[in-house]
This record gives sequence, C-alpha cells and structure tokens, in this order.
Amino acid sequence: MGQTIIVQDLRKRYGDVHAVDGVSFSVEQGEFFGILGPNGAGKTTTLEIIEGLRQADAGTVEVLGMSPWPRNPRLLPKIGVQLQASSFFERLTAREQIRTFASLYGIPARKADEMLTVVGLEDKAGTQSEKLSGGQAQRLSIACALVHDPEVLFLDEPSASLDPQARRNLWDLLRSINSTGRTVVLTTHYLDEAESLCDRVAIMDHGKILELGPPAALVRGLDSATHISLATGVVAVAAAQELAGPDATVTDDGVSLTIATRTPAPVLAELAERNLLTGIQVRGATLEDVFLHLTGREYRA
Amino acid sequence: MSPFRSLSRAMLLGFVRDKTSVFFTILFPLMFLVLFGALLTNQGVSKSKIIQVGPVAVLDQSQGLGEILDITRRNDLAAAQEEVRQGDFVAVVRQEGDRYQLFYTAADQVRAGTVRGVFGQLIGQANAAGVPQRFTLEAEQVEDKSLKVIQYVTPGLLSWAISMGATFGAAMTLVTWRQKKTLRRLRLAPVRTTTVVSARVGASVAIALVQTAIFLGVASLPMFGLRLSDYWWMCIPMVIAGTLVFMAIGMVAGGVAKTSEAAAGIANLIVLPMAFLSGTFFPLDAAPAWVRTVSNIFPMKHLNEGMLDVMVRGQGPASILPELGIILGFGLVIGLIAVLLFRWDDV
Repeated sequence: MGQTIIVQDLRKRYGDVHAVDGVSFSVEQGEFFGILGPNGAGKTTTLEIIEGLRQADAGTVEVLGMSPWPRNPRLLPKIGVQLQASSFFERLTAREQIRTFASLYGIPARKADEMLTVVGLEDKAGTQSEKLSGGQAQRLSIACALVHDPEVLFLDEPSASLDPQARRNLWDLLRSINSTGRTVVLTTHYLDEAESLCDRVAIMDHGKILELGPPAALVRGLDSATHISLATGVVAVAAAQELAGPDATVTDDGVSLTIATRTPAPVLAELAERNLLTGIQVRGATLEDVFLHLTGREYRA
Repeated sequence: MSPFRSLSRAMLLGFVRDKTSVFFTILFPLMFLVLFGALLTNQGVSKSKIIQVGPVAVLDQSQGLGEILDITRRNDLAAAQEEVRQGDFVAVVRQEGDRYQLFYTAADQVRAGTVRGVFGQLIGQANAAGVPQRFTLEAEQVEDKSLKVIQYVTPGLLSWAISMGATFGAAMTLVTWRQKKTLRRLRLAPVRTTTVVSARVGASVAIALVQTAIFLGVASLPMFGLRLSDYWWMCIPMVIAGTLVFMAIGMVAGGVAKTSEAAAGIANLIVLPMAFLSGTFFPLDAAPAWVRTVSNIFPMKHLNEGMLDVMVRGQGPASILPELGIILGFGLVIGLIAVLLFRWDDV
C-alpha cells in the first residue's frame, strides 16, 4: 500500500500565532484518517495547506506524489474537497448544483444525477440548495466533492451543526465511501466521530500533533480507570469505597454513584454477588480521556 | 456542457431567480423611464393657454377658438416668451405684416403640437380665402433645439441601468462567492480562472442586452414615442463596453468590501453620483463649466454621449469609436486595479 499523503514539518504562522507548528504525518492509501482537536487547534489550516488552498511557511506536502502548491491542475481532478461552508451557487437546485460542478471536471450530467442517488437526495433534486436541511445540504456538498470520482476525499468538520440522526446517516455514507477504496481525511472536533469512523487519528492542539494512532490503541495505551456507575442510594459511599478497595475513587453527585477503578473485574464480581447490577453502567476510557491526559484540561469542542 | 457554458448558465439562473436583482436591474430603471415619459409628455385635453402679443388677425377674426385656446394678451414679446419658458403658457403668437410667429414650449409636447396644428389650419383657411398666398407661419421652439425629452432620457437611463446591473452583478457575485467559499470550491476544480471570469462577463453582457431590448421596446411604445436613428444598433458595442467597464468597477467594490451590504453601499456610492454628474438624468448644458469638465473623468459620461450619438442624434457608426476607446481604456485601468484587489478568501 502506497502513501497517499506525506506531510513533513508543516508550519504556518498568522502574525504571532503559530496556527500550524511543525506537523508531520502520512496517510496510507484507502485509509480513513482523522485530525481531531478543539476549535483553533490548527486542523483546518493543516487541511487547507494539504488541499493546496494555502501556502505553508515551511515544510513539505505531497499528495499522490504531487505538490498541491501552487495550484496544480493535474492534482485537482484526483482530490475532492468538501468545505466547511456549503459552497453552492446561489438559487440553484440540487441537481443543477451537482451538474454544474460535474461540468467543471468534464463529467456528464448522467453521472452527476447518479451521485445524487448515492447520497440519497434523488427526491430533493428539484429543491433549491438554500431550502435543503442541514444534513441534506451536507450530503449534497459531499456529492459535489465526489462527482468526479476522486482518489482522496477531504472533509472539514462534516457533521458540524447536524442533528444526531443526520450525523448517523452521514457517518454511514462516509463509511461506504471509504469502503470503496478511497482515502478519506477528515477534521472533526467530535471525539465520538473520530472514534467511530477513523482508522487512525491525529490529536492536535495549539498547532501540534500530540498523539497519533488508531483510536482503540490510543485509548488502551492510556491505562486509565474504568468508571462504574450505580444509582445513588443503592449502596452508600463508604460501603462502595470498602467494596472497591483503597485504589478506587468513589464520587456521588446525587444522581449516580461512580466508582473509578483500574481493576474493574473484582469490583463487578462483588457487585454481582450483592445483586446490585441492575441499572449499572460501565464506561471505559475514551478519546476524551486521552485528550485530558495529553493536555491536562477537559476537552471542549 | 463546457465549464464556460455551465457556469454562465448557473450565474444567469441565479440572477433570474433572485427577484430583488431582477427588480433593480430591469424594472427599477424602467420605472424611471415610465416616470420621465409620463411626466414630460403630458397628454392632457384641457385648453391650451397661449399669449397673444399685439393684434393677430386670424385669432381676432375666428370664432369658436375659445373651446381649444385660452388666449391672454400681453404687450412685451420677450416677457411673454419667458412666461412660456416658465411653463405658465404653451405658446406666444404675434403677427408682423403677413408673417405669423409662433413660439412654443417643448416641455409640453402635446399642447404645443395642438397649438401648432390649430395655427396651421387657421392660416390655411386665411390663405384659401385670398390667392396668392399671403400668410406664412413660422413656428419655433422657445428652448434650444436640443432633443425631445424621451430622446434624451432613454439613452441616459439605459446607460445608467446597464451600469447598475454590471456593477452590482460583479460586486455581489464576488463578495457572496467569497463569503460562501464558492470561489474556493472553484479554485479546487480544474477550471481556469479566465473561464470563470469570462462566464461572469458573458452572463452580465447577456443581462445587459436583455435590458437594452426591453428598454428600447418600452421607450418606442407610442405613449413614449422614442424614435431611434438609423444606426441605433451601434449601441450594442457601447452596451458591451459599458458592461465591461462597470463590471470592473464592481470587482473593485467587491474586492474592497467584506460583506454584500458593504459592496452594495460602495457600488451605489460610485454609480449614483456618477450618473448625476454624467448627465444621465438631465443634460449638463446648464451645469457650471467645472462640472462639465469633471464629468469627463467618468466612464458613464462617455457611455451617455456615445449612446446619444448613435441612438438619437443619428450619427454614423464611426462616431462612437473615440467614446468606445475611452470606455475600454477606463475598463483596462479599473480592471487592473480589480485584479490587484482580488482575494480568493476573506482571510
């Protein structure tokens, strides 16, 4: 498997702000790669440099063996970019939008209409893009990015401002796009999105990559506590502490009593013996804990 | 479809479906035309007020003229002419031997025409009574012999309409496309910048030609009575050149502005005063000399002049070449400034 994207020591400054401060990574062909971080972490700038929309101050980028800067007409047909704002032509219907974009790549209208079906918008084809819902507009913009069958697809915060149902639909769509062998790179500030979709995730903050790897590996590598929650009142705090042992921390917020422990098995066994498993919740570490661990602060999108 | 055609189509559809732009580009200037046309060619049927200076035989001898004419007597011809100019009366008439002199206003075309007709008839009758023909009628307009109002107003309003359409079209497209990242999206597609620009130019020129057709069509209706001269079609290159120069102005406005509201403001700030100072709505003949000198730095002035020359003054095709050259020169300079100010992105 070849490397589709190679980024080396990328740097970009805006005034005194180091938006991107020495970023290096590479993306394998067919991989689903995520760049995760809070707003202002430098994700979008990194992505824009890779897409060829911005020039880096230093460092090199190679996409499919070519340099994206300056504007490279040989590379452009091979990449598809879905931008943060839905960058449509004003007052055109969904079908007119995608046909217009298709024509820019020399793709016939018939194929454009097919792509509308792929993203499930065939019954909205005659609707003006301004009147589509957030999720529909997002799917249309992905369809417009895919209409020329690119090898690499870039998505910048695709699920921002979508309702939960639309997000799930979008995830299914993105998985199916990736399963056809296309390389997908996305930025997100949703931890669950990165965890659910990406083969590998780069966690960014303040323009630097803090950690890079498969989400599961990052979480496992954390060696963090497992949280076991019960309804308040089922067992007293002191009793819970005794039951869990001195290494565990027990908190009670008035609704749930939570035991955080690195050895959940004996605790669960003990709870089972006392027949207290009803309504119990067990949560392992997530990327959120990884972020907390890396930065020392709570993750806030 | 080629990228050029599909982009032009996208822009035209976007324009046609935007009721506000259609209103301001096509209907709004047309409203001005209707307003000017209606106000200045009053088709009233009330009596025509005229002044008689000294004895005028045909009036004194005729019966029943009171139905059509409301005659006032005055002694001073110059003062009477001034009253006509002020719009209080339609015409002054006097007799000097066998010559009748009629001084009429151009501000009230319909009544002035009635009065001329009446006198023509009266003198015809007087001549028929005695052979050989003794009496002659000289009819003269009190204003200078410039153009009829509709003749003057149509080319001016048309060049204003085209300037507005082109400026706003270019400025708005640039700003909204930059804001909505459509420009970025185009930059990421393998399409040449020149294709995008020429598609926008093509769409604007098409809109301008439709504007011209509608405008001339309405002005030529009998109620407005525009009479085009033989070489009126030479206004087409003028319209195209005007569209180009004002698109460049719109690109400058759109390059400076960050929001579409600001772009609209800047465009208005440029086009509206320029329209007044270029003699678009009324002639500059009465304006101070410095205003007339200053007006030469505005491309709209040259657009107006060229349009007047070929549409109503009846000048030949070659007459517009200097104006055309000046306009295209403006377009080149402003276009270069627009290129320097062009930004793909807000940041």
